[in-house]
Amino acid sequence: MTTGTEDANRRLLRARDAMDRAYAEDLDVPGLARIAHVSPAHFIRTFRATFGETPNRYLQRRRVERAMFLLRSTDRSVTDICMDVGFSSLGTFSRVFRDIVGEPPSVYRQRGPLPPVPTCFAMRWARPSSFGEAPGE
Amino acid sequence: MTVPSVLPMLTAITITQIYVPDQDQALDFYVGKLGFEVQSDMDFGPMRWLTVNLPGQPDRAVLLEKPGAPSMSEETAAQVREAIAKGVAGGHLFFACDDAYKTHAELKAKGVEITEEPVDQPYGIDFGLRDPFGNHIRIAQMKQG
Repeated sequence: MTTGTEDANRRLLRARDAMDRAYAEDLDVPGLARIAHVSPAHFIRTFRATFGETPNRYLQRRRVERAMFLLRSTDRSVTDICMDVGFSSLGTFSRVFRDIVGEPPSVYRQRGPLPPVPTCFAMRWARPSSFGEAPGE
Repeated sequence: MTVPSVLPMLTAITITQIYVPDQDQALDFYVGKLGFEVQSDMDFGPMRWLTVNLPGQPDRAVLLEKPGAPSMSEETAAQVREAIAKGVAGGHLFFACDDAYKTHAELKAKGVEITEEPVDQPYGIDFGLRDPFGNHIRIAQMKQG
């Protein structure tokens, strides 16, 4: 027997997985809502109720987490990394990065290389949390 | 901090467990798509004891357990199923394969839900997927050494 919540959760997870998989692409709420088989407004509301943050914030954290990885494991420029992870404006990237991480990309980079861990766990544990964000957020 | 280990007593990890809300659907996926074989499928009255293992590896089994009676009430089981469906029930399985790109292509062709495309990592090439319920699976072609 399947509950309505179980079905809804599974569909929302599918949409969230799409963000994790295709974070660098031009994702929008209507497209993600279609994956979850709900209206855009309902998608934003139920996503937040289920995962504790809006879809937009989730995608931003995914992109910032990839940027954090690239900053510390490659020597690509901050601008290139910004584009690589799906931001279209360096200004937005810098602001969002700073909001979430608490310091600018160039300063974060100075922390040095990361140890190797399976990516799903690196993704989960290294990803900046919405649940206890940098001061000021 | 280092925790001192006691003298060796345990010799192997034999069974690990994940929750699956539907055991028949789980068999379709784990046997029909991932290539496990059924090790035991026994009717213990209210509980169906269902374990699977990879071919040639009978010493390491995965218990596909349906959340419900007798270990929990239907109300609790519903909470567990909802947690599985949103990906937070803790079911994780990690596998090795010989060719990550080939395995990925085969699974994708079978309609498996890929969560991350193959990525070349310091430890190997790996990719992610979900079982039909929301449990997370990772498959890696490990680098030698």
